[in-house]
Amino acid sequence: MRLNMQWTWFHRLGSPRWFYQKTQRWLPWLSAVSAILLLTGLIWGLAFAPQDAKQGHSFRIIYLHVPASFLALAGYYLMAIAGAIGLIWRIKLSFMLMKSAASIGAVLTFVALFTGAVWGKPTWGTYWVWDARITSMLILLFLYFGVLALRYTFSSHEASDKASAILSLVGTVNVPIIYKSVDWWQTLHQPATIKLTSAPSMHPDMFAPLVVMILGFYCFYALALILSTRAEILQREGKSSWVRQLVANKRGEV
Amino acid sequence: MQFDSLQQLMVMDGHGVYVWSAVTVSVSVLIGLIVKPLRQHRAAIKTIARELDLENTSRLTATEVSDASNP
Amino acid sequence: MSNFLSGGFTAYLFRELLLAYRRRGDVVKPLVFFLMVSTLVPLAIAPEPQRLAALAPGMIWIMALLATLLSIESLFSDDFQDGSLQQMLIAPNLLAMPVLGKVTAHWLMIGLPLTLISPLIGIWFSLPAVAVLPMILSLALGTAVLSLIGAVGAALTLPLRQGGVLLALLVMPLYMPVLIFGSATIQSAVDGLAWLSPLAVLAAFLAIAVALCPLAIVAALRLSQNN
Repeated sequence: MRLNMQWTWFHRLGSPRWFYQKTQRWLPWLSAVSAILLLTGLIWGLAFAPQDAKQGHSFRIIYLHVPASFLALAGYYLMAIAGAIGLIWRIKLSFMLMKSAASIGAVLTFVALFTGAVWGKPTWGTYWVWDARITSMLILLFLYFGVLALRYTFSSHEASDKASAILSLVGTVNVPIIYKSVDWWQTLHQPATIKLTSAPSMHPDMFAPLVVMILGFYCFYALALILSTRAEILQREGKSSWVRQLVANKRGEV
Repeated sequence: MQFDSLQQLMVMDGHGVYVWSAVTVSVSVLIGLIVKPLRQHRAAIKTIARELDLENTSRLTATEVSDASNP
Repeated sequence: MSNFLSGGFTAYLFRELLLAYRRRGDVVKPLVFFLMVSTLVPLAIAPEPQRLAALAPGMIWIMALLATLLSIESLFSDDFQDGSLQQMLIAPNLLAMPVLGKVTAHWLMIGLPLTLISPLIGIWFSLPAVAVLPMILSLALGTAVLSLIGAVGAALTLPLRQGGVLLALLVMPLYMPVLIFGSATIQSAVDGLAWLSPLAVLAAFLAIAVALCPLAIVAALRLSQNN
């Protein structure tokens, strides 16, 4: 019998119980770091960064719009990878992470779209312009909707998990295709658009708070993901002995 | 500080409406992303606690009944 | 060896065509839909040739997309209900083959007729003659991709009773690039630009879809069968 110690480590990673107990210790400092980064970045960007020559103060929305867009897209890939790991190695925890990533990602995509629309009004005069970036983000939202719709459609958790995973993988192939298609479609119909998010050509004083916000959003995403997965773990593993022990201990403390 | 007063910060030369509506909606939504799982977590614990209670009481009743019938 | 790998493709292709022949009505419905919606557009918007011609590339493609969506839901449902799907799953040959056979049959019954009727729609919409060949080619390639992607959605929503709307929801974002390049082919031809490039992209989509969709369809079918 060949017991590979590496695989034991890997499979232990997939245990919901291990995840729950490990993340318990991470929560306090992760919350602190996220809060500090986000508050710093937001206050800096809203009140202290210089205003844009063309757009005036409304460009400050960038400090919410750009990080949300980054995380919305990155979150989709994280969701798809979690789904793939769950499918290949049959790790339940991976599926739980995927489900949490789906809802968080959809919400962030909405934030990106809403802030983008609100930004559009003073900049272009209308709330909606079929600009390549925003159209791609809208399609990304629809991709998220699909995965969200499949999460709880089947009677067993296992089936719904697998269906969502399959769909998110199919969507992953499409995400670059969609982005490129919409980009190309845009050049066909409009020669040049205002590049809202031309980050490299921004003044460093404007760019720095943006970096802080992006980092803050990454930490926030991790925090939201962990919290959501922990709740999912309790809901699904309610009948197992370690959860019951945990609850009993909590009541003992109270 | 780019603005001379709180009033100016709110108005932002007319762009304040857009900036602050974007900020309020985004921030509330983000807070919701934290609050919702926390609530679900608490609700899950309550449900499991209730189940434990039910099990304990039924076990106790069963032992009482068996004690009564087997003195 | 060849029987093992290619086994089932032609068998299921002919089976589907035979079954469809016995239910001719079901096959004709999406085509009639395509024709009727084409009539709605001039009624709702304007019968002026210029306006219609401006709308034509996009409208034709949207209608083809909707007609495909209408018909793809039932791709696997009959087999699911009468147990033939189970037979397909436990058979020793590669499941991708019967699946490809069924999807090809679907395209032959829906996509291809749409492609062949499209010149008529082109005339109704005052589409310039130069755009007719690009339109036919783009529809031929594009509807094949639509059938393949739609089959993935059909397989995923198989056990659900009201799966149709969910299927559309799942599949729409995946259809959008096909729509963009399909209508762009026709539009480029109308504008006198090179239309072979968007058409080539459609061909690339078809290649990717033929390679990857069967994997997803097979995984989803196994999933649906066990639940």
